[in-house]
Amino acid sequence: MLDIQTPLFEGQDIRLGPIDHEAHPEIESKWTHDAGFMRLMEMKPVRPFSPAQLKKEYESIEKKMEEDKNMFYFTIRAREQDRLIGKAIIQWIDWTNGNGWLRLGIGAAEDRRRGLGSQAMRLLLRFAFAELNLYRVSATSPEYNEAAVHMLRKFGFVEEVRRRQAVERDGRRWDLLMFGLLRSEWENQPTGPV
Amino acid sequence: MKDIFRGELVRLAVESPETMAKSLSRWNRDSEFLRLAESDPAQMWSERKYKEWMEQRMEKDGDDNFRFSIRTLGDDQLIGDVSIHPQWVNADAWVGIALGERETWGKGYGADAMRLILQYGFIELNLRRISLALHSYNERALKSYEKAGFKMEGAIRHDTLREGRRTDGVFMGILREEWLALQGGTS
Repeated sequence: MLDIQTPLFEGQDIRLGPIDHEAHPEIESKWTHDAGFMRLMEMKPVRPFSPAQLKKEYESIEKKMEEDKNMFYFTIRAREQDRLIGKAIIQWIDWTNGNGWLRLGIGAAEDRRRGLGSQAMRLLLRFAFAELNLYRVSATSPEYNEAAVHMLRKFGFVEEVRRRQAVERDGRRWDLLMFGLLRSEWENQPTGPV
Repeated sequence: MKDIFRGELVRLAVESPETMAKSLSRWNRDSEFLRLAESDPAQMWSERKYKEWMEQRMEKDGDDNFRFSIRTLGDDQLIGDVSIHPQWVNADAWVGIALGERETWGKGYGADAMRLILQYGFIELNLRRISLALHSYNERALKSYEKAGFKMEGAIRHDTLREGRRTDGVFMGILREEWLALQGGTS
């Protein structure tokens, strides 16, 4: 049965939500001052961002979403008080081939390792396959981001490419991993359709 | 002359961009609402973005698009919006209606607002016909539109793919004479 009633944005302890241009810049600015977090999320040289810089960034994100129509940017909120805890994104969508790239992060250390990221991942994949009708979802992670690699494997992502020693950090080289999940694989996962 | 903005359950009104943006940004966190109302992927936008769009619309709409908010007569709650977009050369118009507050669904508020917008279209804009389109899985809306006097005119087959199923895009319309007949010739 077609079930358009299934809530796309509601998890058990978290929800997906829109950007809040008033409240969110301050919070995300704090995350960007955590170099450890930034080095997990970014391959570029990391730097902290001010609330004013992030405000501009949010405006350009919504402008791009409106104009390019190939990105879906969600904020992750804890259910209590609708508090911002992270972001979940499907981007660089190639509509003719049904491909999209996934990015997900939980900003504050105290919100990590509590299963909240997994709840968001589940919603984001459901959105990608059942609402955007994508055929495959891709993700990339340096091998030192063990939590991300573990989560991607848990959700059935297949390691497709290992770019050997593509990243240098802390004086050593690391592999950069590229993962892919096909719709048919997602459908057959225990972590798949609800 | 009668108050054509006032029905039995609701009235048609206009809101400041701030007020409308606040409600829209909240309603759009309900994915079922989005999937009933839209063909685009369910997507949430910030209050700021909606405010920007509301301001742009108010500036450029003129006599090309007439947008109203829907408020309950009981406690003056903002529950949805409705718009009528005339094609003057043919005296036809497209109507779009949505109730964002889900506890108001299925209670006749939408039908009441639709009666008001039909009346507005036929006796204020002096249209000859009014059109709308909906997803075939939106059965509640279909019944409500039939109740208001719309007739099914056909369907675009399989224009939507959701939850692995293809569904149709249904077209409906009502002619001026049909609407007049429903009024018992008293309007």
